[in-house]
Amino acid sequence: MNPLAIVGRVVLGFLNTAGKLSIFTGQAVSSCFAPPVYLRLIGRQLLAIGYYSLPVVGLTAIFTGAVLALQIYIGSSRFNAESTVAFIVVIAITRELGPVLAGLMVGGRVGAAMAAELGTMRVTEQIDALVTLQTNPMKYLVAPRLIAATIAMPLLVAIADIIGVMGGYLVSVNKLDFNAATYLKNTFDVLEADDVVSGLIKAAVFGFIIALMGCYHGFNSSGGAQGVGRATTNAVVSGLILILVANYIMTDLFFA
Amino acid sequence: MSNDPPKLLLDDVHKAFGPKVVLNGLNLTLHKGESIVVIGGSGTGKSVMLKCVLGLLRPDAGRIQVDGEDVVGMGGGKRDRVLRKFGMLFQNAALFDSLSVWENVAFGLVEGAGMAREEAREISLDKLRRVGLGPDVAELSPAALSGGMRKRVGLARAIATEPEIIFFDEPTTGLDPIMGDVINHLIVECVRDLGASTITITHDMSSARTIAHRVAMLYKGRILWIGPADRIDDSGNPYVEQFIHGRADGPIQMEVLKT
Repeated sequence: MNPLAIVGRVVLGFLNTAGKLSIFTGQAVSSCFAPPVYLRLIGRQLLAIGYYSLPVVGLTAIFTGAVLALQIYIGSSRFNAESTVAFIVVIAITRELGPVLAGLMVGGRVGAAMAAELGTMRVTEQIDALVTLQTNPMKYLVAPRLIAATIAMPLLVAIADIIGVMGGYLVSVNKLDFNAATYLKNTFDVLEADDVVSGLIKAAVFGFIIALMGCYHGFNSSGGAQGVGRATTNAVVSGLILILVANYIMTDLFFA
Repeated sequence: MSNDPPKLLLDDVHKAFGPKVVLNGLNLTLHKGESIVVIGGSGTGKSVMLKCVLGLLRPDAGRIQVDGEDVVGMGGGKRDRVLRKFGMLFQNAALFDSLSVWENVAFGLVEGAGMAREEAREISLDKLRRVGLGPDVAELSPAALSGGMRKRVGLARAIATEPEIIFFDEPTTGLDPIMGDVINHLIVECVRDLGASTITITHDMSSARTIAHRVAMLYKGRILWIGPADRIDDSGNPYVEQFIHGRADGPIQMEVLKT
Protein backbone atom coordinates (compact mmCIF):
# COMPACT_ATOMS: atom_id res chain seq x y z
CA MET A 1 0.00 0.00 0.00
CA ASN A 2 1.15 3.53 -0.79
CA PRO A 3 2.64 5.03 2.44
CA LEU A 4 1.34 8.44 1.41
CA ALA A 5 -2.19 7.03 1.26
CA ILE A 6 -1.82 5.61 4.78
CA VAL A 7 -0.63 8.96 6.13
CA GLY A 8 -3.44 10.71 4.29
CA ARG A 9 -6.03 8.33 5.69
CA VAL A 10 -4.73 8.80 9.24
CA VAL A 11 -4.70 12.60 8.90
CA LEU A 12 -8.20 12.67 7.41
CA GLY A 13 -9.46 10.35 10.16
CA PHE A 14 -7.93 12.60 12.82
CA LEU A 15 -9.40 15.75 11.26
CA ASN A 16 -12.80 14.05 10.95
CA THR A 17 -12.80 13.08 14.64
CA ALA A 18 -11.50 16.50 15.70
CA GLY A 19 -14.24 18.20 13.69
CA LYS A 20 -16.99 15.98 15.09
CA LEU A 21 -15.70 16.46 18.64
CA SER A 22 -15.52 20.24 18.17
CA ILE A 23 -19.12 20.39 16.92
CA PHE A 24 -20.28 18.11 19.75
CA THR A 25 -18.43 20.28 22.32
CA GLY A 26 -20.00 23.45 20.92
CA GLN A 27 -23.49 21.95 21.03
CA ALA A 28 -22.91 20.50 24.50
CA VAL A 29 -21.65 23.77 25.98
CA SER A 30 -24.43 25.83 24.41
CA SER A 31 -27.01 23.33 25.69
CA CYS A 32 -25.70 23.95 29.23
CA PHE A 33 -26.73 27.61 28.99
CA ALA A 34 -30.06 27.21 27.18
CA PRO A 35 -33.36 26.36 28.87
CA PRO A 36 -34.78 24.04 29.96
CA VAL A 37 -32.39 23.29 32.84
CA TYR A 38 -33.02 19.84 34.29
CA LEU A 39 -32.17 20.49 37.95
CA ARG A 40 -33.37 17.05 39.06
CA LEU A 41 -31.05 15.35 36.57
CA ILE A 42 -28.14 17.59 37.57
CA GLY A 43 -28.76 16.62 41.21
CA ARG A 44 -28.85 12.93 40.29
CA GLN A 45 -25.57 13.25 38.39
CA LEU A 46 -23.95 15.19 41.24
CA LEU A 47 -24.78 12.25 43.46
CA ALA A 48 -23.47 9.68 40.96
CA ILE A 49 -20.30 11.57 40.05
CA GLY A 50 -19.50 13.30 43.34
CA TYR A 51 -20.90 11.42 46.30
CA TYR A 52 -20.36 7.89 45.00
CA SER A 53 -16.79 8.71 43.93
CA LEU A 54 -15.86 9.83 47.47
CA PRO A 55 -14.64 6.41 48.69
CA VAL A 56 -12.33 5.78 45.73
CA VAL A 57 -11.00 9.36 45.71
CA GLY A 58 -10.57 9.37 49.50
CA LEU A 59 -8.66 6.09 49.54
CA THR A 60 -6.46 7.23 46.66
CA ALA A 61 -5.71 10.52 48.43
CA ILE A 62 -4.89 9.07 51.86
CA PHE A 63 -2.50 6.44 50.53
CA THR A 64 -0.89 8.89 48.10
CA GLY A 65 -0.29 11.38 50.95
CA ALA A 66 1.11 8.60 53.12
CA VAL A 67 3.45 7.24 50.44
CA LEU A 68 4.54 10.76 49.54
CA ALA A 69 5.53 11.44 53.15
CA LEU A 70 7.53 8.21 53.33
CA GLN A 71 9.35 8.80 50.04
CA ILE A 72 10.14 12.44 50.73
CA TYR A 73 11.42 11.53 54.18
CA ILE A 74 13.72 8.89 52.71
CA GLY A 75 14.99 11.26 50.02
CA SER A 76 15.30 14.37 52.17
CA SER A 77 17.09 12.53 55.00
CA ARG A 78 20.06 12.10 52.65
CA PHE A 79 20.50 15.90 52.83
CA ASN A 80 19.34 16.31 56.45
CA ALA A 81 16.28 18.13 55.12
CA GLU A 82 13.56 16.08 56.80
CA SER A 83 11.66 19.23 57.77
CA THR A 84 10.66 19.69 54.12
CA VAL A 85 8.29 16.69 54.26
CA ALA A 86 5.28 18.77 55.33
CA PHE A 87 6.00 21.47 52.71
CA ILE A 88 6.38 19.08 49.82
CA VAL A 89 3.41 16.91 50.77
CA VAL A 90 0.98 19.81 50.90
CA ILE A 91 2.27 21.48 47.73
CA ALA A 92 2.35 18.23 45.76
CA ILE A 93 -1.10 17.20 46.91
CA THR A 94 -2.89 20.51 46.35
CA ARG A 95 -1.18 21.49 43.11
CA GLU A 96 -0.79 18.17 41.32
CA LEU A 97 -1.59 14.86 42.91
CA GLY A 98 -4.99 15.76 44.35
CA PRO A 99 -6.53 16.96 41.07
CA VAL A 100 -4.65 14.59 38.75
CA LEU A 101 -5.19 11.39 40.74
CA ALA A 102 -8.82 12.28 41.50
CA GLY A 103 -9.25 13.07 37.79
CA LEU A 104 -7.80 9.73 36.76
CA MET A 105 -9.86 7.75 39.28
CA VAL A 106 -13.12 9.57 38.52
CA GLY A 107 -12.30 9.43 34.81
CA GLY A 108 -12.10 5.66 34.97
CA ARG A 109 -15.19 5.25 37.09
CA VAL A 110 -17.51 7.92 35.74
CA GLY A 111 -16.29 8.20 32.14
CA ALA A 112 -16.89 4.49 31.62
CA ALA A 113 -20.31 4.61 33.26
CA MET A 114 -21.43 7.59 31.14
CA ALA A 115 -20.22 6.06 27.88
CA ALA A 116 -21.83 2.69 28.68
CA GLU A 117 -25.16 4.25 29.70
CA LEU A 118 -25.43 6.64 26.76
CA GLY A 119 -24.05 4.02 24.37
CA THR A 120 -26.71 1.54 25.45
CA MET A 121 -29.35 4.25 25.07
CA ARG A 122 -28.09 4.92 21.56
CA VAL A 123 -28.09 1.31 20.36
CA THR A 124 -31.49 0.57 21.95
CA GLU A 125 -33.01 3.65 20.24
CA GLN A 126 -33.72 5.40 23.55
CA ILE A 127 -31.98 8.56 22.29
CA ASP A 128 -34.15 8.48 19.14
CA ALA A 129 -37.18 8.02 21.39
CA LEU A 130 -36.21 11.17 23.30
CA VAL A 131 -36.28 13.16 20.06
CA THR A 132 -39.71 11.83 19.11
CA LEU A 133 -40.91 12.95 22.56
CA GLN A 134 -39.77 16.53 21.78
CA THR A 135 -36.81 16.35 24.14
CA ASN A 136 -33.37 17.51 23.03
CA PRO A 137 -30.93 14.71 24.02
CA MET A 138 -28.07 17.20 24.32
CA LYS A 139 -29.99 19.16 26.94
CA TYR A 140 -31.52 16.14 28.66
CA LEU A 141 -28.55 13.76 28.69
CA VAL A 142 -25.34 15.66 28.02
CA ALA A 143 -25.79 19.05 29.72
CA PRO A 144 -26.66 17.65 33.21
CA ARG A 145 -23.59 15.38 33.10
CA LEU A 146 -21.27 18.20 31.98
CA ILE A 147 -22.59 20.62 34.60
CA ALA A 148 -22.53 18.05 37.40
CA ALA A 149 -19.01 16.80 36.59
CA THR A 150 -17.64 20.35 36.38
CA ILE A 151 -19.14 21.16 39.79
CA ALA A 152 -18.45 17.83 41.50
CA MET A 153 -14.76 17.48 40.63
CA PRO A 154 -13.53 20.61 42.49
CA LEU A 155 -15.56 19.52 45.54
CA LEU A 156 -14.04 16.04 45.36
CA VAL A 157 -10.56 17.47 44.95
CA ALA A 158 -11.01 19.83 47.91
CA ILE A 159 -11.85 16.79 50.03
CA ALA A 160 -9.00 14.78 48.44
CA ASP A 161 -6.56 17.60 49.32
CA ILE A 162 -7.57 17.45 52.98
CA ILE A 163 -7.45 13.65 53.13
CA GLY A 164 -4.14 13.51 51.24
CA VAL A 165 -2.47 15.97 53.59
CA MET A 166 -3.93 14.00 56.48
CA GLY A 167 -2.36 10.82 55.06
CA GLY A 168 1.05 12.51 55.05
CA TYR A 169 0.43 13.84 58.56
CA LEU A 170 -0.53 10.42 59.96
CA VAL A 171 2.58 8.73 58.57
CA SER A 172 4.87 11.60 59.57
CA VAL A 173 3.58 11.80 63.14
CA ASN A 174 2.94 8.12 63.88
CA LYS A 175 5.72 6.44 61.92
CA LEU A 176 8.41 9.04 61.34
CA ASP A 177 8.12 10.64 64.80
CA PHE A 178 7.46 14.18 63.63
CA ASN A 179 5.98 16.60 66.14
CA ALA A 180 2.26 16.98 65.30
CA ALA A 181 2.04 20.71 66.00
CA THR A 182 5.22 21.49 64.07
CA TYR A 183 4.07 19.39 61.10
CA LEU A 184 0.76 21.24 60.93
CA LYS A 185 2.44 24.64 61.37
CA ASN A 186 4.86 23.86 58.52
CA THR A 187 1.97 22.73 56.37
CA PHE A 188 -0.06 25.91 56.86
CA ASP A 189 2.97 28.20 56.68
CA VAL A 190 3.86 27.08 53.19
CA LEU A 191 0.35 26.69 51.81
CA GLU A 192 -0.91 29.59 49.67
CA ALA A 193 -4.36 30.19 48.27
CA ASP A 194 -3.02 29.89 44.70
CA ASP A 195 -1.90 26.30 45.38
CA VAL A 196 -5.41 25.25 46.30
CA VAL A 197 -7.24 27.40 43.75
CA SER A 198 -5.08 26.23 40.83
CA GLY A 199 -5.83 22.63 41.82
CA LEU A 200 -9.55 23.32 41.98
CA ILE A 201 -9.53 25.02 38.57
CA LYS A 202 -7.72 21.99 37.17
CA ALA A 203 -10.31 19.76 38.79
CA ALA A 204 -13.18 21.64 37.12
CA VAL A 205 -11.48 21.29 33.73
CA PHE A 206 -10.84 17.58 34.35
CA GLY A 207 -14.51 17.11 35.31
CA PHE A 208 -15.56 18.76 32.06
CA ILE A 209 -13.16 16.55 30.06
CA ILE A 210 -14.36 13.34 31.77
CA ALA A 211 -18.03 14.10 31.09
CA LEU A 212 -17.37 15.34 27.56
CA MET A 213 -15.47 12.20 26.57
CA GLY A 214 -17.99 9.89 28.26
CA CYS A 215 -20.92 11.61 26.55
CA TYR A 216 -19.24 11.99 23.16
CA HIS A 217 -18.23 8.37 22.83
CA GLY A 218 -21.48 7.07 24.30
CA PHE A 219 -23.60 9.36 22.14
CA ASN A 220 -21.82 8.28 18.96
CA SER A 221 -21.59 4.56 19.68
CA SER A 222 -22.96 2.07 17.19
CA GLY A 223 -22.87 -1.63 16.49
CA GLY A 224 -24.58 -3.22 19.48
CA ALA A 225 -22.83 -4.54 22.57
CA GLN A 226 -19.42 -4.53 20.92
CA GLY A 227 -19.88 -0.89 19.93
CA VAL A 228 -20.84 0.06 23.48
CA GLY A 229 -17.74 -1.73 24.79
CA ARG A 230 -15.57 0.12 22.27
CA ALA A 231 -17.17 3.44 23.20
CA THR A 232 -16.51 2.78 26.89
CA THR A 233 -12.85 1.97 26.30
CA ASN A 234 -12.38 4.99 24.04
CA ALA A 235 -14.09 7.28 26.56
CA VAL A 236 -11.78 6.21 29.38
CA VAL A 237 -8.56 6.19 27.35
CA SER A 238 -9.18 9.52 25.61
CA GLY A 239 -10.44 11.10 28.84
CA LEU A 240 -7.34 10.08 30.82
CA ILE A 241 -4.93 11.18 28.09
CA LEU A 242 -6.67 14.54 27.72
CA ILE A 243 -6.52 15.02 31.51
CA LEU A 244 -2.74 14.53 31.47
CA VAL A 245 -2.30 16.87 28.48
CA ALA A 246 -4.59 19.50 30.00
CA ASN A 247 -2.74 19.20 33.30
CA TYR A 248 0.57 20.03 31.65
CA ILE A 249 -0.90 22.98 29.75
CA MET A 250 -2.57 24.42 32.86
CA THR A 251 0.51 23.90 35.04
CA ASP A 252 2.53 25.75 32.42
CA LEU A 253 -0.03 28.57 32.35
CA PHE A 254 -0.38 28.88 36.13
CA PHE A 255 3.20 28.45 37.34
CA ALA A 256 5.68 28.87 34.46
CA MET B 1 -61.19 12.88 -0.47
CA SER B 2 -61.04 16.45 0.92
CA ASN B 3 -58.80 19.21 -0.44
CA ASP B 4 -56.78 19.20 2.75
CA PRO B 5 -53.11 18.42 2.21
CA PRO B 6 -52.14 14.85 3.13
CA LYS B 7 -51.01 14.31 6.72
CA LEU B 8 -47.69 13.11 5.38
CA LEU B 9 -46.10 13.29 1.96
CA LEU B 10 -42.79 11.77 0.91
CA ASP B 11 -41.79 12.87 -2.54
CA ASP B 12 -38.79 11.36 -4.34
CA VAL B 13 -36.84 10.87 -1.10
CA HIS B 14 -33.26 9.64 -1.43
CA LYS B 15 -30.91 8.55 1.32
CA ALA B 16 -27.55 6.77 1.08
CA PHE B 17 -24.95 5.79 3.65
CA GLY B 18 -21.67 6.05 1.79
CA PRO B 19 -21.96 3.84 -1.29
CA LYS B 20 -25.05 2.01 0.07
CA VAL B 21 -28.24 3.50 -1.35
CA VAL B 22 -31.10 2.90 1.10
CA LEU B 23 -33.91 5.14 -0.17
CA ASN B 24 -33.96 5.59 -3.90
CA GLY B 25 -36.80 7.89 -4.91
CA LEU B 26 -39.38 6.94 -2.30
CA ASN B 27 -42.90 8.29 -2.79
CA LEU B 28 -45.66 7.80 -0.22
CA THR B 29 -48.77 9.72 0.77
CA LEU B 30 -50.58 9.21 4.08
CA HIS B 31 -54.05 10.69 4.41
CA LYS B 32 -55.91 11.74 7.56
CA GLY B 33 -57.20 8.75 9.52
CA GLU B 34 -55.50 6.31 7.18
CA SER B 35 -53.42 3.31 8.23
CA ILE B 36 -50.64 2.27 5.86
CA VAL B 37 -48.59 -0.84 6.50
CA VAL B 38 -45.17 -0.91 4.85
CA ILE B 39 -43.83 -4.39 4.21
CA GLY B 40 -40.49 -5.39 2.79
CA GLY B 41 -37.38 -7.40 3.55
CA SER B 42 -34.74 -6.44 6.07
CA GLY B 43 -32.50 -3.60 4.93
CA THR B 44 -34.90 -2.23 2.33
CA GLY B 45 -35.08 1.16 4.06
CA LYS B 46 -38.29 0.94 6.10
CA SER B 47 -36.85 2.25 9.37
CA VAL B 48 -34.70 4.81 7.54
CA MET B 49 -37.89 6.17 5.95
CA LEU B 50 -39.44 6.76 9.38
CA LYS B 51 -36.22 8.29 10.73
CA CYS B 52 -36.09 10.72 7.80
CA VAL B 53 -39.64 11.86 8.54
CA LEU B 54 -38.86 12.34 12.25
CA GLY B 55 -35.69 14.30 11.49
CA LEU B 56 -33.45 11.66 13.06
CA LEU B 57 -31.81 11.33 9.65
CA ARG B 58 -31.63 13.96 6.92
CA PRO B 59 -32.53 12.77 3.44
CA ASP B 60 -29.99 13.49 0.69
CA ALA B 61 -32.72 14.67 -1.66
CA GLY B 62 -36.49 14.85 -1.92
CA ARG B 63 -39.35 16.48 -0.10
CA ILE B 64 -41.10 15.50 3.11
CA GLN B 65 -44.24 17.41 4.10
CA VAL B 66 -46.34 17.16 7.25
CA ASP B 67 -49.77 18.80 6.83
CA GLY B 68 -48.41 20.57 3.74
CA GLU B 69 -45.36 21.96 5.55
CA ASP B 70 -41.83 21.06 4.41
CA VAL B 71 -39.96 19.51 7.33
CA VAL B 72 -36.57 18.57 5.85
CA GLY B 73 -33.87 20.62 7.56
CA MET B 74 -36.35 22.11 10.02
CA GLY B 75 -34.84 22.73 13.45
CA GLY B 76 -35.39 24.15 16.91
CA GLY B 77 -38.90 25.20 17.96
CA LYS B 78 -40.41 24.53 14.52
CA ARG B 79 -39.17 20.93 14.63
CA ASP B 80 -40.58 20.49 18.16
CA ARG B 81 -43.95 21.83 16.99
CA VAL B 82 -44.03 19.31 14.15
CA LEU B 83 -42.81 16.46 16.38
CA ARG B 84 -45.74 17.11 18.73
CA LYS B 85 -47.93 15.64 15.97
CA PHE B 86 -46.03 12.35 16.09
CA GLY B 87 -45.99 9.31 18.31
CA MET B 88 -43.80 6.29 17.78
CA LEU B 89 -43.67 2.73 19.00
CA PHE B 90 -40.09 1.53 18.55
CA GLN B 91 -39.19 -2.02 17.59
CA ASN B 92 -37.88 -2.91 21.04
CA ALA B 93 -40.11 -0.32 22.72
CA ALA B 94 -37.02 1.85 23.58
CA LEU B 95 -38.27 2.43 27.11
CA PHE B 96 -36.03 4.57 29.33
CA ASP B 97 -34.34 2.21 31.80
CA SER B 98 -33.79 4.92 34.39
CA LEU B 99 -37.50 5.76 34.68
CA SER B 100 -40.46 3.80 36.01
CA VAL B 101 -43.20 2.56 33.67
CA TRP B 102 -45.57 5.47 34.37
CA GLU B 103 -42.74 8.00 33.99
CA ASN B 104 -41.98 6.48 30.58
CA VAL B 105 -45.59 6.85 29.50
CA ALA B 106 -45.83 10.38 30.92
CA PHE B 107 -42.48 11.50 29.47
CA GLY B 108 -43.87 13.30 26.43
CA LEU B 109 -46.49 15.03 28.58
CA VAL B 110 -44.03 16.22 31.25
CA GLU B 111 -40.94 17.03 29.19
CA GLY B 112 -42.54 17.75 25.81
CA ALA B 113 -45.80 19.47 26.78
CA GLY B 114 -44.68 20.80 30.20
CA MET B 115 -47.55 19.16 32.12
CA ALA B 116 -47.41 18.83 35.93
CA ARG B 117 -46.18 15.40 37.04
CA GLU B 118 -49.29 14.52 39.04
CA GLU B 119 -51.62 15.29 36.15
CA ALA B 120 -49.35 13.43 33.75
CA ARG B 121 -49.31 10.45 36.11
CA GLU B 122 -53.11 10.23 36.02
CA ILE B 123 -53.10 10.32 32.23
CA SER B 124 -50.35 7.71 32.04
CA LEU B 125 -52.32 5.38 34.35
CA ASP B 126 -55.33 5.82 32.08
CA LYS B 127 -53.25 5.03 28.98
CA LEU B 128 -51.77 1.98 30.69
CA ARG B 129 -55.30 0.82 31.49
CA ARG B 130 -56.20 1.20 27.81
CA VAL B 131 -53.42 -1.18 26.83
CA GLY B 132 -54.46 -3.67 29.50
CA LEU B 133 -51.93 -2.86 32.22
CA GLY B 134 -52.96 -2.11 35.80
CA PRO B 135 -51.61 0.48 38.22
CA ASP B 136 -49.45 -2.22 39.86
CA VAL B 137 -47.25 -2.15 36.75
CA ALA B 138 -46.89 1.63 36.81
CA GLU B 139 -44.20 1.75 39.46
CA LEU B 140 -42.12 -1.09 38.00
CA SER B 141 -38.87 -0.59 36.15
CA PRO B 142 -38.97 -1.47 32.41
CA ALA B 143 -36.36 -4.16 33.14
CA ALA B 144 -38.99 -6.04 35.16
CA LEU B 145 -41.40 -6.34 32.19
CA SER B 146 -41.87 -9.14 29.67
CA GLY B 147 -41.53 -8.46 25.93
CA GLY B 148 -45.30 -8.16 25.46
CA MET B 149 -45.66 -5.81 28.41
CA ARG B 150 -42.81 -3.64 27.12
CA LYS B 151 -44.59 -3.33 23.76
CA ARG B 152 -47.80 -2.36 25.53
CA VAL B 153 -46.00 0.28 27.59
CA GLY B 154 -44.37 1.53 24.38
CA LEU B 155 -47.81 1.73 22.79
CA ALA B 156 -49.19 3.61 25.81
CA ARG B 157 -46.27 6.06 25.53
CA ALA B 158 -46.85 6.48 21.78
CA ILE B 159 -50.52 7.44 22.29
CA ALA B 160 -50.09 9.37 25.58
CA THR B 161 -49.84 12.77 23.90
CA GLU B 162 -52.73 11.89 21.54
CA PRO B 163 -50.64 12.42 18.39
CA GLU B 164 -52.07 12.94 14.92
CA ILE B 165 -49.59 10.61 13.24
CA ILE B 166 -48.27 7.41 14.82
CA PHE B 167 -45.45 5.19 13.57
CA PHE B 168 -45.26 1.55 14.63
CA ASP B 169 -41.90 -0.07 13.94
CA GLU B 170 -42.36 -3.85 13.85
CA PRO B 171 -44.92 -3.87 16.69
CA THR B 172 -45.26 -7.67 16.86
CA THR B 173 -41.65 -8.73 16.31
CA GLY B 174 -40.42 -11.06 19.04
CA LEU B 175 -43.89 -11.75 20.44
CA ASP B 176 -45.83 -15.00 20.44
CA PRO B 177 -48.77 -15.09 17.96
CA ILE B 178 -51.40 -14.52 20.64
CA MET B 179 -49.62 -11.53 22.16
CA GLY B 180 -48.97 -10.29 18.62
CA ASP B 181 -52.70 -10.37 17.92
CA VAL B 182 -53.41 -8.59 21.20
CA ILE B 183 -51.00 -5.81 20.19
CA ASN B 184 -52.53 -5.61 16.70
CA HIS B 185 -56.02 -5.14 18.11
CA LEU B 186 -54.80 -2.63 20.66
CA ILE B 187 -53.23 -0.64 17.84
CA VAL B 188 -56.46 -0.73 15.83
CA GLU B 189 -58.54 0.34 18.85
CA CYS B 190 -56.19 3.10 19.97
CA VAL B 191 -55.82 4.52 16.48
CA ARG B 192 -59.57 4.39 15.85
CA ASP B 193 -60.26 6.21 19.13
CA LEU B 194 -57.65 8.88 18.43
CA GLY B 195 -58.51 9.26 14.74
CA ALA B 196 -54.80 9.20 14.02
CA SER B 197 -53.02 8.45 10.76
CA THR B 198 -50.51 5.65 11.03
CA ILE B 199 -47.61 4.00 9.26
CA THR B 200 -46.71 0.52 10.47
CA ILE B 201 -43.57 -1.33 9.48
CA THR B 202 -43.86 -5.07 9.73
CA HIS B 203 -42.85 -8.43 8.30
CA ASP B 204 -45.89 -9.99 9.94
CA MET B 205 -48.64 -10.45 7.31
CA SER B 206 -51.24 -11.21 9.96
CA SER B 207 -50.42 -7.87 11.54
CA ALA B 208 -50.60 -6.14 8.16
CA ARG B 209 -54.04 -7.61 7.40
CA THR B 210 -55.38 -6.55 10.82
CA ILE B 211 -54.00 -3.02 10.91
CA ALA B 212 -53.84 -1.76 7.32
CA HIS B 213 -56.14 0.22 5.12
CA ARG B 214 -53.43 0.18 2.47
CA VAL B 215 -50.31 -1.95 2.16
CA ALA B 216 -47.11 -0.70 0.53
CA MET B 217 -44.25 -2.96 -0.50
CA LEU B 218 -40.81 -1.38 -0.20
CA TYR B 219 -38.02 -2.89 -2.25
CA LYS B 220 -34.56 -1.46 -2.93
CA GLY B 221 -35.49 1.91 -1.50
CA ARG B 222 -38.71 2.59 -3.41
CA ILE B 223 -42.36 1.63 -3.22
CA LEU B 224 -42.83 -1.30 -5.57
CA TRP B 225 -46.55 -1.78 -5.03
CA ILE B 226 -49.23 -0.04 -3.00
CA GLY B 227 -52.89 -0.95 -2.74
CA PRO B 228 -55.82 -1.70 -0.47
CA ALA B 229 -55.16 -4.31 2.21
CA ASP B 230 -57.87 -6.60 0.84
CA ARG B 231 -56.11 -6.65 -2.56
CA ILE B 232 -52.80 -7.88 -1.19
CA ASP B 233 -53.55 -11.51 -2.05
CA ASP B 234 -54.30 -10.73 -5.71
CA SER B 235 -51.82 -7.91 -6.23
CA GLY B 236 -50.50 -9.44 -9.44
CA ASN B 237 -47.04 -8.35 -8.40
CA PRO B 238 -44.53 -11.24 -8.21
CA TYR B 239 -42.43 -9.43 -5.58
CA VAL B 240 -45.44 -8.96 -3.31
CA GLU B 241 -46.60 -12.52 -3.84
CA GLN B 242 -43.18 -13.92 -3.02
CA PHE B 243 -42.98 -11.79 0.12
CA ILE B 244 -46.44 -12.48 1.53
CA HIS B 245 -46.08 -16.21 0.95
CA GLY B 246 -42.54 -16.24 2.32
CA ARG B 247 -41.07 -18.11 -0.63
CA ALA B 248 -37.31 -18.37 -1.11
CA ASP B 249 -37.74 -18.61 -4.89
CA GLY B 250 -38.85 -15.59 -6.84
CA PRO B 251 -37.66 -12.21 -8.08
CA ILE B 252 -36.37 -11.19 -4.63
CA GLN B 253 -32.99 -12.84 -4.26
CA MET B 254 -31.72 -12.93 -0.69
CA GLU B 255 -28.01 -12.38 -0.24
CA VAL B 256 -27.13 -15.74 1.31
CA LEU B 257 -24.03 -17.80 0.83
CA LYS B 258 -24.92 -21.21 -0.48
CA THR B 259 -22.54 -24.04 0.40
